[in-house]
Amino acid sequence: MMSDPHFHSHHDMGGGPAGPVERGEHDYAFWEKRVDALMVLLSSPQRQLIRVDELRRAIESLGPDVYDRLSYYERWIAAISRLMVEKGVLGGAEIDARIADLRRRGVGKT
Amino acid sequence: MATHETHGQHDHNHAHDHAPLPDRDGAWSDAQYLEAAVRELLLEKGILTADEIRRQIEAMDRRSPEQGARVVARAWVDPGYRQRLLQDGTAAVRELGIEIEPVHLIVVENTEREHNLVVCTLCSCYPRNLLGLPPDWYKARAYRSRAVSEPRTVLAEFGTAIPDHVAVRVHDSTADMRYMVLPRRPSGTEGMGEAELAALISRDSMIGVVTLAPPKP
Repeated sequence: MMSDPHFHSHHDMGGGPAGPVERGEHDYAFWEKRVDALMVLLSSPQRQLIRVDELRRAIESLGPDVYDRLSYYERWIAAISRLMVEKGVLGGAEIDARIADLRRRGVGKT
Repeated sequence: MATHETHGQHDHNHAHDHAPLPDRDGAWSDAQYLEAAVRELLLEKGILTADEIRRQIEAMDRRSPEQGARVVARAWVDPGYRQRLLQDGTAAVRELGIEIEPVHLIVVENTEREHNLVVCTLCSCYPRNLLGLPPDWYKARAYRSRAVSEPRTVLAEFGTAIPDHVAVRVHDSTADMRYMVLPRRPSGTEGMGEAELAALISRDSMIGVVTLAPPKP
């Protein structure tokens, strides 16, 4: 093993073992663009509610399993929501209640 | 490109390499519910407005590798600009009226003796203002891990053969420092104007995973 977990955090992938580069690409879904937009707006100079290093710290502390299971913008929204709760902008219970509400109303079902 | 021909020879202990692609038409994922909840609450609390989100997405959609291609084409035709670009990428890009985040942009030039490749081993840092949002492979484990340890093999997977006498330099980006490659101007383009040149320049050539072929006659 080239990547020794004692020296590298999970996100620090340089030099680690990996398979061939999969060159597939996808067009970003609209919800992914919204996640990106939320990050840009929350980090704007007027707001400064998230700094780029805070986003990184929140993503890097998701833990290896979650990091690998989530897609790129799934990691971002997980990190953004965690930071909003940490900073007291949103409540964790409030977010959970809203998700339950959306599901109850059938939003996002096909 | 022979990328997949070698597939069977690799041991498949990288089960987590392939991050699930997001649903577009199907039922929402947990992350989509989380996004909707966070966004609605931020709007209700007056922290953001729906209009701002819409405008931000529009601005994002306007960014594309065409911006980077403009910069490269100008550098090819204007030696003074090329000099300024290599000295201070951020300032030179602004000179063309392209807005760029307050990050340090370093432009690295491919030459007869040196080929440059850009990666972000830690996450996905990328000159978004010049190239648009990064492709999936740029953010995935395989590229991030191997670009620094076996760049020539990775380049070969993109169909790019760099001769042994040409050095390959790999640049690892950070949140505060982004790289763009200034590709070599292909032969057979001597009489071309800036716009015509810009149309030849691909995103991947500005990441450094490919070189530019001479235009087809």
